[in-house]
Amino acid sequence: MTDQRTSPSPNTPLVELKNISISFGGIHAVDNASVDLYPGEVVALLGHNGAGKSTLIKILSGAYKRDSGEIMIDGEPADIKNPRDAKKYGIETIYQTLAVADNVDAAANLYLGREIRTKWGTLDDVAMEASTREVMGRLNPNFRRFKEPVKALSGGQRQSVAIARAILFNARILIMDEPTAALGPQETAQVGELIKQLKKEGIGIFLISHDIHDVFDLADRVSVMKNGQVVGHARTEDVTKDEVLGMIILGKVPPKAIPGPGAMQV
Amino acid sequence: MANITQSSSSHPRSAEGNPFTRFLRATEIDTRLLGMVAALLVIWIGFHLYTGGLFLTPRNLWNLSVQTTEIAVLATGMVLVIVTRNIDLSIGSMLGLVAMIMGVVQAKFLPQYLGFDNSWTWLITLICGLIAGTLIGLFQGVIIAFLGVPSFIVTLGGFLAWRGLAWYVTSGQTVAPLDTTFRIMGGGAEGSVGATWSWIIGLIACVLIIVGIISSRHQRKRFNFPRRPLWAEYFLVVLGCALVLGAIWVSTIYYWPVAIAKKYAEANAIAWPETGLFISYGIAVPVLIAVLVGIVMTFIATRLRFGRYVFAIGGNPEAAELAGIKTRWVTVRIFALMGFLAAVAAAISTARLNAAANSQGTTYELYTIAAAVIGGTSLAGGTGTIAGAMLGALVMQSLQSGMGLANVDTPIQNVVVGAVLVVAVWLDTVYRSRSK
Repeated sequence: MTDQRTSPSPNTPLVELKNISISFGGIHAVDNASVDLYPGEVVALLGHNGAGKSTLIKILSGAYKRDSGEIMIDGEPADIKNPRDAKKYGIETIYQTLAVADNVDAAANLYLGREIRTKWGTLDDVAMEASTREVMGRLNPNFRRFKEPVKALSGGQRQSVAIARAILFNARILIMDEPTAALGPQETAQVGELIKQLKKEGIGIFLISHDIHDVFDLADRVSVMKNGQVVGHARTEDVTKDEVLGMIILGKVPPKAIPGPGAMQV
Repeated sequence: MANITQSSSSHPRSAEGNPFTRFLRATEIDTRLLGMVAALLVIWIGFHLYTGGLFLTPRNLWNLSVQTTEIAVLATGMVLVIVTRNIDLSIGSMLGLVAMIMGVVQAKFLPQYLGFDNSWTWLITLICGLIAGTLIGLFQGVIIAFLGVPSFIVTLGGFLAWRGLAWYVTSGQTVAPLDTTFRIMGGGAEGSVGATWSWIIGLIACVLIIVGIISSRHQRKRFNFPRRPLWAEYFLVVLGCALVLGAIWVSTIYYWPVAIAKKYAEANAIAWPETGLFISYGIAVPVLIAVLVGIVMTFIATRLRFGRYVFAIGGNPEAAELAGIKTRWVTVRIFALMGFLAAVAAAISTARLNAAANSQGTTYELYTIAAAVIGGTSLAGGTGTIAGAMLGALVMQSLQSGMGLANVDTPIQNVVVGAVLVVAVWLDTVYRSRSK
């Protein structure tokens, strides 16, 4: 869990999405989009609602099948057809909708789809609860309600369950889709701390948001999408928030950013 | 709710609430289950007083246990179906078709090759029936999961289709009589295990209860988790063993009728004693089958990955899919399991009637759904227990049996059962909204 720096060289991106397209009933939800991510880096994907950022990332997490384009992991083509395949590559996703099963407890959610079993093939609930207590103790020491269904928990507690679920299985690539949308300010700060900690461990993080204030402190780079196309990429230290807003709203690319296919033509 | 948790983290758990809630928390007894047991006792005692002492007799309780088995077996599967937000309306018709298949196999087909009353007939018949039921369920499950037709529609189609096919098996003729060994599955004097075996089974059950509680405590100790207080563990052991042994005692003080006992005495050359021959029924075989089904289904639902997935899908289908669960296959397996259980119920039902008729199991789907819902299964999906559903079946059967003893007209019986169903679900809704 601590050392995930297994990529061949620091110059090889952990993830490279190349020329990805997908359309739903004639609408190009994602049109020829390319983004990349290096180990220990946080890349924010920004854009309006419906800009295609969630759709693009769902292709990486295996929830959608792309029409065309390529996914490279550690510089090699990756075959991702469903969420199970994505997990094999160490890709874990925390969804906007907090994809947890409300009616079962934290341990059952953490291990959903990857349950620990005893030698007789039955569920080893005690072992699962033990490691859940350990992981949750690290993430959120105040968490004590291990025996209750997740629906009885607060938004922040549910979010920590979702995050624990992702990091429990040695994720190398973490996708966070609006991780703080359902949270209060204190819980948002907690998630920020957590992201910094995961970064130190060498995990690459895609952070999706439509609120730039949320992510500007955390992200190393931003990639902006508009109408399914990539407007451009920029290092956060090279651009101001206003310039990024210009990219989101108008598709106008500031001088220090790299324009993409969706950039406004001047 | 949030306040309660905060205070519970700073104080020891047992320090709050009145003695009753503290007792419930220490023993971890489900309050919903407790409410159902209370309702059951009210029904039993109420009918006992109303009928002038006819209800709580060994004879009636024994009959009640046998009558409950078919719906109880079906309800265990219906819980899983409803938990995943599906429904199965076809089980009554499925039961009818499988009953006809089993009737024809044992009474018309096998005797051509094995002769009448061959000792293998019952087993071959049962296996044929179980395979047929499973395949029918599997077929419906595949349509629901892979063709995306709602389960309500698929099983509504099955409701009509399987009943129609049941008629075609013998052009509507009832098949009777059945194989004598097969009939053991239906209960009656021959289909009960007798006093000695009942006590042996009871003692084994008690040992299992004790071993189960000790090993679970041991496991929690190993990982340093909070444990129940010792007195609560003792209480649960005593309660569990008392219930088991009490039920067995009741079954052993119900004796064979004089006519059957006389025939038995003649057949086995036993001299007829002056005081009469008292042969205990003991636990009925169909009841043993239902209890076994209940235990296996509880094991599947709570201890196996399949059961965990069933509940996760019911709670949030999207999350389950994203977690990498093959939700479609789980659905197929649930419906196949339901078909298998319909075949088990069909075996009990035909054996009990000593005949296979194409109308067998009519309206069972509705009673089964009612039993599951009364037993705390939510139609919104995600919640439900096997034990609750079986208890729900017992509540429904107790009502019907009691009204029969009280000479209530059949149409009124249906009115009462219908009203009880609605009231039970209403009370459950109130309970749920309070507990939030």
